[in-house]
Amino acid sequence: MQQPAASSPAPVDFEVEPEHYRHWSVAYDGAIARVTMAVDPEGGLREGYELKLNSYDLGVDIELADIVRRMRFEHPEVRVVVLRSGIDRVFCAGANINMLGQSTHAWKVNFCKFTNETRCELEEATGASQQAYVAACNGTTAGGGYELALACEEIYLQDDGNSAVSLPEVPLLGVLPGTGGLTRLVDKRKVRRDRADVFSTTAEGIRGKKAKQWRLVDDVFPRSKFDEKVAVRATALVQRYSKDLPAGERKGVELTALAPEVEGNDRRYRHVALEVDQTARTASLTITGPTADDVAILRRGGEAAQQAGAELWALRAYRELDDALLHLRVNNPTVGLVLVRAKGDAQTVLDHDAALVAARDHWFVREVLLHMGRVLRRMDNTSRSFFALGDRGTAFAGNLLELALAADRFYLLDDSSAPVHVGLGELNEGALPMAHGLTRLQTRLYGEQDTLDGLVGNRALLEPSAADDAGLVTVLLDDIDWDDDVRIAIEERVSLSPDALTGMEQNLRFAGPETPESKIYARLSAWQNWIFIRPNATGPEGALTLYGRPERPSFDWQRV
Amino acid sequence: MTATSTSVDLDAKIPNNVGLSDDPKLQRALEQWLPKYLEWWHDMGPTDFEHMPIFLRTAVSVDRGGWANYDYVKMPDYRWGIFLTPNDSEPTIKCGDDAGTPAWSDVPGEHRNALRRIIVTQADTEPASVEQQRMLGHVAPSLYDLRNLFQVNVEEGRHLWAMVYLLQKYFGRDGRDEAEELLLRRSGDEDKPRILGAFNQPCDHWLSFFAFTMFTDRDGKYQLAALAESGFDPLARSTQFMLTEEAHHLFVGDTGLQRIIKRSAELQQLDPNGDVRAQGGIDFDLIQRTINYWYTYSLDLFGGEISSNASTFFASGLKGRYHETRRYEDHKALTGDYRLPVVENGKVVEKDVPLRTAMNEVLRDAYVADCEKVIGRWNKTLEESGSPTRLTLPSRLFHRHQGIYAGHHFDPQGKLITVEQYEANVHRWLLVPEDNDYLLSIMKPCYEPGKFANWIAPPTKGIEGRPTDFEYVKMHD
Ligand SMILES: [Fe+2]
Ligand SMILES: [Fe+2]
Repeated sequence: MQQPAASSPAPVDFEVEPEHYRHWSVAYDGAIARVTMAVDPEGGLREGYELKLNSYDLGVDIELADIVRRMRFEHPEVRVVVLRSGIDRVFCAGANINMLGQSTHAWKVNFCKFTNETRCELEEATGASQQAYVAACNGTTAGGGYELALACEEIYLQDDGNSAVSLPEVPLLGVLPGTGGLTRLVDKRKVRRDRADVFSTTAEGIRGKKAKQWRLVDDVFPRSKFDEKVAVRATALVQRYSKDLPAGERKGVELTALAPEVEGNDRRYRHVALEVDQTARTASLTITGPTADDVAILRRGGEAAQQAGAELWALRAYRELDDALLHLRVNNPTVGLVLVRAKGDAQTVLDHDAALVAARDHWFVREVLLHMGRVLRRMDNTSRSFFALGDRGTAFAGNLLELALAADRFYLLDDSSAPVHVGLGELNEGALPMAHGLTRLQTRLYGEQDTLDGLVGNRALLEPSAADDAGLVTVLLDDIDWDDDVRIAIEERVSLSPDALTGMEQNLRFAGPETPESKIYARLSAWQNWIFIRPNATGPEGALTLYGRPERPSFDWQRV
Repeated sequence: MTATSTSVDLDAKIPNNVGLSDDPKLQRALEQWLPKYLEWWHDMGPTDFEHMPIFLRTAVSVDRGGWANYDYVKMPDYRWGIFLTPNDSEPTIKCGDDAGTPAWSDVPGEHRNALRRIIVTQADTEPASVEQQRMLGHVAPSLYDLRNLFQVNVEEGRHLWAMVYLLQKYFGRDGRDEAEELLLRRSGDEDKPRILGAFNQPCDHWLSFFAFTMFTDRDGKYQLAALAESGFDPLARSTQFMLTEEAHHLFVGDTGLQRIIKRSAELQQLDPNGDVRAQGGIDFDLIQRTINYWYTYSLDLFGGEISSNASTFFASGLKGRYHETRRYEDHKALTGDYRLPVVENGKVVEKDVPLRTAMNEVLRDAYVADCEKVIGRWNKTLEESGSPTRLTLPSRLFHRHQGIYAGHHFDPQGKLITVEQYEANVHRWLLVPEDNDYLLSIMKPCYEPGKFANWIAPPTKGIEGRPTDFEYVKMHD
């Protein structure tokens, strides 16, 4: 059977257009949108499995992510999104098990990470964009299907004596419900942990009134009244989420295709370039900052920004960055180190950010900022080493400084003949939070409250030495040392164990507290990724390996 | 281990041979369930015939031959009880990885949920069929047939008792909850349907009733036979006893249809144009459509052709094959493939799948062979009557709602066709609303002893040595 891994020839494309959806349809009706999942069994991204019973693979989820994103930008009039199934008596059976069974570890991990990010994005829409998702579970809601429902603001289940919500991963597959299921059960829905234990070990799940009693769903409705009751609830929610909307005419902004120039593994977008050196196992990721014209548009206010639409630098550049990160993850698995550069003018970036912040009461500008935050969080969660390189012509200031702060190390050139600057703006101080709720600046200076206090509100450009003193720089190098020291650092980095680096980086990047979102990645995904490589799941006698096969799994009973 | 004996405690509120009086907790649970059951029977059973004495058999002992006692009884007074076939000395697990090791007299925790699901699914069919058949008494073709209908009904009720006993005894609170819900679901109800498709199809005339007892009860026989091989000993022994009752239901269906066929052949010859309908009978096209309809819905009941559940149930010894012990030597079935047709890229091709994952299909094979035999007998009847007509079973790919053929369209010969072709012809292949209208128009009640409706031949003999004109149901007591 073919292994759906990066070794497989066709790279995954993360850009989709609504008219080419294979698995979803969306009906817009004023403030309510109905998103219908009807997965085409023959439409798998890779060979070797059928997407039966609304089970999904990465391709299905890429479309969902596209729907969620476009909902916010293209349909700002929508307040409530009803998520339902187009298949009778099945809402969603979760991730396709045969797909998981035949996938490499790397593919499974990337798949789970992407689906987690999509669910976080969907979840964030309720609070941040006043677009509430409602899961209308009109049938069996199993595993990842229930986890998708859990990401929604409210869950309604059809009460027909048969339809149940369930997390059968542990009892049936020997793995975890890894798309936020366990976390959202106890953290979000506050299901009692002992009941969550019973629920998560009962393969057939829980239905009817008990599902409501245990807070697994918000309510159950009889089959004959299901659509009607859900519609009534959706209308009521429209009221709730229509209060205190941000300003601006809620006219959609089309997310036009990015259409990068592709050459081998390299991708050149308008503001972003990704260049891969397979032999060195490094990539260079360069983002070009905004121009004076971009600043001028923003200074005319939110309406002007909305008119610029998908061409607005802050939206376009970050969409490009997002796409580049996804390509890096899924289509370039051996690249271990990414060299991040920001080109442009530091002061212009700060001016840009100030103008963006000044217009943030406008719904579109708000969406742009939220999107930037999500892309940066995608970077935080990317299991590659990032070195930010601030040499000649660098523009690590404001939103672009976030890239340096997201990086594992920041090398800055100190050369009086080619002076570079680093600068802080308002966007470094709360608008683009990490998954665990802190800013990247707070995380970087977690033990240095005085330095942090001294920096906050400082809008002056910093000389390299001042940036170094402020704790923003990892290594300050003069022009004599730069080339050699950077080269050696790169060579050293790519020689280390990729697994250890991933683990180390994920631990060091998130100093400070946890939130449910950070727990999903740090705790749930980490455990899941461990279980995925354990023989009890994926060994020759593991439960995931043998699912659907004639043999029964046999476990190594040792607790580790 | 439960003390079972051949002697039945008949004086108990709930007749049984499982020593219920020694298990006060269970006895209390079942006695609490009893009034709810009776209420369900009153609401959803053949209510309008409750006051009539009916010549029924009741189990009084689990002995071979001695278990059936015939007498007049009013249905609500029927002694629904709990009977297990006495255990052989050292029961073993009959199939799967642990074949040959001692059977479980209690539910192993590892298999608790799977067993509960198996039992609930089986249990749900029992009250469902009573609900489906509740109005048929009003258009019965004879007192003999009316009595058979009620015999089937009360025994389905007893089968529910058998399953509820297992749920209450072995599955704690969950089991009690499931037992309650069995009385709450309703056949054909949009909101609370019965679990399986065929048990939500309407069955409002006697042609469907006979087809149901012929084809759908026969699925029941094979499911029960597979569970009779279960490593969970109480389940195995419950279903063994149910099989003895089930045989009569199949007899009702098989001979009922055979009598219709015989009569239709007579009418065919009687009519100058060979037109059965002109003589008020049931024409062979309609009989064939009925076979096609109920046979295929019953095929669905066996579950998916390629099924990880089926594999797990077999592997863990919960459910065997038909006559697992007698017919097979290799009870592990870990190696070996099963070849079956699948649809791939718009074509039907043969594919090998691991035998264990095809256990539903293996059971379906036994069922299909059994149905073929009956069809053969009916065709013999036709031949003997001098009719040129022959009846057939449609392909098992035709008209499916479950499994790998669902969602594709086949003709009754099993040829893959387009949805347009299917829709243009389906009225020739399956029951249509006009069929119902016609059947209801000819089905008038016939309650006089020894009289039979025009569209059905009398049976060759009566029940328990009684003549065919015996008063099997006393319409007025
Ligand atoms: Fe039965
Ligand atoms: Fe039966």
